[in-house]
Amino acid sequence: MRAARIVLAASLALVSATVLARVGDGPETLRGPADFAGIADPRQRSLALFAEMGKVIRSPRCLNCHPRTDSPTQGDAMTLHSPPVTRGPRGEGVTAMRCRTCHGDANVAFSGSEGSIPGDPHWHLAPREMAWQGRTLGQICRQMSDPSRNGGKSLAQLVEHNGEDHLVGWAWRPGPGRKPAPGTQALFGALTQAWVDSGAACPD
Amino acid sequence: MTTAFTLNGRKVAAASDADTPLLWVLRDELGLTGTKYGCGVAQCGACTVHVDGSTRRACVTPLGSVAGRAVTTIEGAAAAHGTPGRVARALQQAWTELDVPQCGFCQSGQIMAATVLVAAIADPSDADINAAMAGNICRCATYLRIRQGIRLAASRLREQR
Repeated sequence: MRAARIVLAASLALVSATVLARVGDGPETLRGPADFAGIADPRQRSLALFAEMGKVIRSPRCLNCHPRTDSPTQGDAMTLHSPPVTRGPRGEGVTAMRCRTCHGDANVAFSGSEGSIPGDPHWHLAPREMAWQGRTLGQICRQMSDPSRNGGKSLAQLVEHNGEDHLVGWAWRPGPGRKPAPGTQALFGALTQAWVDSGAACPD
Repeated sequence: MTTAFTLNGRKVAAASDADTPLLWVLRDELGLTGTKYGCGVAQCGACTVHVDGSTRRACVTPLGSVAGRAVTTIEGAAAAHGTPGRVARALQQAWTELDVPQCGFCQSGQIMAATVLVAAIADPSDADINAAMAGNICRCATYLRIRQGIRLAASRLREQR
């Protein structure tokens, strides 16, 4: 009986730890390009750099608006967006229910409760071809590198986008109640540059 | 420091701080209580107004963000110029005929959202209505009558063309 209790307690502890690890407990730190300089083989260095970029790419702050369906998710647990919204023809919602019906130019703290509603002048959903949820890091890498699926960007423009785009930068200033993406946008841009410089290799 | 904007066709200057939610300004400073406080977190749609002709949740709209812009509330919807006014009047007529509201608390937000919908889509399908109105919750569950009201108003507006 005592052994059974110990097993039960251990199981519950394991389940709790797993749940805690899954709910918004992503990597806290982001290494910079210098941390990968010691990898002599350019392809291996490039793969390692993209894996590090993946810590940002797979942050809920990014994934929530790169859904594989026509509706975004929200929060660290990436639950379906509430209220229910659909992408519409341009990823900006539908008539009378645009993203901008609720999301303004900047984050707005709620007046009567904790938390905030996120905002950016260009708040919108990523196009269908840029769906990241449910994709492997290799699939995401190939999409990001493909001008026919990345908004027509060259690799140089991709570096600029990751490092300087205002909406991308929201991931590091998400407002009260949200955990930022790891590192900084500048570091993410530097990692992207180093990844491009090393051959822009993608994981299998 | 005041924030100047157009409210229901009239120039106004609000004295509240720029980060005050527009909903507070409308109700408490300017005395227009037709726009309702439901959830305060952009989840229910009761506070829907129009800003430059588009739907906007007033509870998460800082006053400063509407400086120089045109805000329409339920009090001014039917008097608005052009298509929005015609649509709002048709919707209010249909709402009355069909007894759409039950408790009525959410209905100003419903009509404000429906006005933008019908002004843009003359013959909205059920899918159009569901998608456009998904953010406007009715605790009395009058959704079927809301849909009927939108269809009735839209059909009358088409007949008038």
